[in-house]
Amino acid sequence: MAKLTIRNAVKRYGALEVLHGISVAAQDGEFVVLVGPSGCGKSTLLRMIAGLESISDGEIEIGDRIVNDLEPNERDIAMVFQSYALYPHMTVRDNMAFSLKLARRSKQEIERKVDDAAAILDLAALLDRYPRQLSGGQRQRVAMGRAIVRNPAVFLFDEPLSNLDAKLRMQMRTEIKTLHQRLGTTMVYVTHDQMEAMTMADRIVVMRGGHIEQIGSPLEVYDAPANSFVAGFIGSPSMNFIDGTVVDGGGALELEVAHGPRWPLPDKARSYVGRSLRLGVRPEHIGISEQGVQSQVIIIEPTGSDTHLQLQTGQQSIVAAVRDRITVSPGQPIQLRYDAQKAHLFDPTSGNRLN
Amino acid sequence: MMLDIINHAALGLVAIAFLFPFFWMVSNAVRSNVEVTAIPARILPEVFEWGNFAAAWTQLPFGRFFLNSAVIAVCVTAITVVVSCLSGYAFARLKFKGRETLLIGYIGTLMVPPLMLIIPLFLIVNKLNLVNTFAGVILPISFGTFGAFLMRQFFLSIPMELEEAARIDGASRLRILVSIIVPLSMPAIGLLSLFTFIGQWNNFLWPLIVMTGADNATLPVGLTLFQTQQGTQWNYLMAGATLSMLPGIVLAIILQKLIYNSIALNAGMGGR
Repeated sequence: MAKLTIRNAVKRYGALEVLHGISVAAQDGEFVVLVGPSGCGKSTLLRMIAGLESISDGEIEIGDRIVNDLEPNERDIAMVFQSYALYPHMTVRDNMAFSLKLARRSKQEIERKVDDAAAILDLAALLDRYPRQLSGGQRQRVAMGRAIVRNPAVFLFDEPLSNLDAKLRMQMRTEIKTLHQRLGTTMVYVTHDQMEAMTMADRIVVMRGGHIEQIGSPLEVYDAPANSFVAGFIGSPSMNFIDGTVVDGGGALELEVAHGPRWPLPDKARSYVGRSLRLGVRPEHIGISEQGVQSQVIIIEPTGSDTHLQLQTGQQSIVAAVRDRITVSPGQPIQLRYDAQKAHLFDPTSGNRLN
Repeated sequence: MMLDIINHAALGLVAIAFLFPFFWMVSNAVRSNVEVTAIPARILPEVFEWGNFAAAWTQLPFGRFFLNSAVIAVCVTAITVVVSCLSGYAFARLKFKGRETLLIGYIGTLMVPPLMLIIPLFLIVNKLNLVNTFAGVILPISFGTFGAFLMRQFFLSIPMELEEAARIDGASRLRILVSIIVPLSMPAIGLLSLFTFIGQWNNFLWPLIVMTGADNATLPVGLTLFQTQQGTQWNYLMAGATLSMLPGIVLAIILQKLIYNSIALNAGMGGR
């Protein structure tokens, strides 16, 4: 177990800079998830921690050692790849024992460690099989087993669940989290799936374009996103954004929207009267009411637990997630209300959070 | 349906065209020398002379020819595979300045006709005092560039993650090559071995030039000893040729299995 500290990490490929001075730390035993859209640099950062990519500038420290110039195997890390990267010509047992054999551990020690890892991951019955004889979920567990036997200071996961179907993904999510609680090892996990990030992380690092947009606990990032990018990226369905100008409509603050109805604003927006503003509203904070913002139902998507309504207000598309059973039909006009206290206010130019 | 029949008929004709010389060789190997040259020729011998094989074997030191051919073919194949794997890996995965230029130069040597190299190679072998030695036959032909290119292309198809996983597991470059890349490259190695072995087993000119005397002759060279000034013992020549084909056929059957098995193994690779 160890703390992982990244200071001003820069990655350049020739003249192209893809990571622009990343600083983030994972505390001892913490589960940190790097999340962001494709090309944001999250996998590159992970590979720099692993030693598979060089570090152009800055420092990476694992435990109390700067590892910039160390080979991957000297960094005391283990990595689980998206493709699992199991050696196809070796049995599960040999896959898991490979690193220990290279480290010239005794036969007894190798056997004990492989058996222990197999017990933790429920792989005991599969030890003599080849990777091609395993299902996706089993391969994933072997990949984790291969990491566990090394007893590393830091576990690195590079989108390990991307190749699994939705149900298995949920199951493996739980397994990885259980594993983390059991081993207590520092874990850094890369994903583009915000749901994975929310459900698994102690702390989320949201990245975009080689920069960190926000670092925080899942609920901090969800409840107080630092900017409209984070707000839109975290949460499903995504947050609704409505751009307009703050006006004082006779005591009550409202957002005047071009070619659309006005949206009520919370009191905290008072200092922005006369200025333009981006209002962010999470779909679950929007409901149907007898009086409110005029809109029209476009598409109804029942998910069972709640119903997503694609709505049109003026020229704006809005998504509402309604818990109650409702009877509406496409084309039907309805009135919307939303919990103004839970509104998010952003600067429409910079996208930064205002409240 | 009609198309199927036409296809099969066409393939059948081509197969017959390819198989006939082999059939003719075996057919002539089991008849008397008089019958071989008889006109009109008969497809099957009138009398089967099975003793021709034993006669051919004893008339000339055939066992010796076999051994000489085997030593040369096995050594050239082994060296070629090792050298091709090492250089193919370097061209596929190691990053060094001038790699692509060197590769183009390497592949460029394939354009040089081998016959053009025979005299310079012989002069070198002669200078090194290797004439009439196995080393003189083996060394100059063991470092072909085709194998390096073939292996490079195959190595490039192996997922990079496997190597990265091995690096994290603590494997050196050489260990990665030996423990991960080579076992996964058996189809290509099998193919290269097969081509090299059969090529050298049948190689006539180079052993003829470097080696002298019946004791040092390889099979293709030895077979020519059935052609004398008094005439050619066609039946023994064909019996000898039939015998000399057997190892190549056996090897092809063994390696074919290996190649198929390895392809099946690779199908389970990675998982994406």
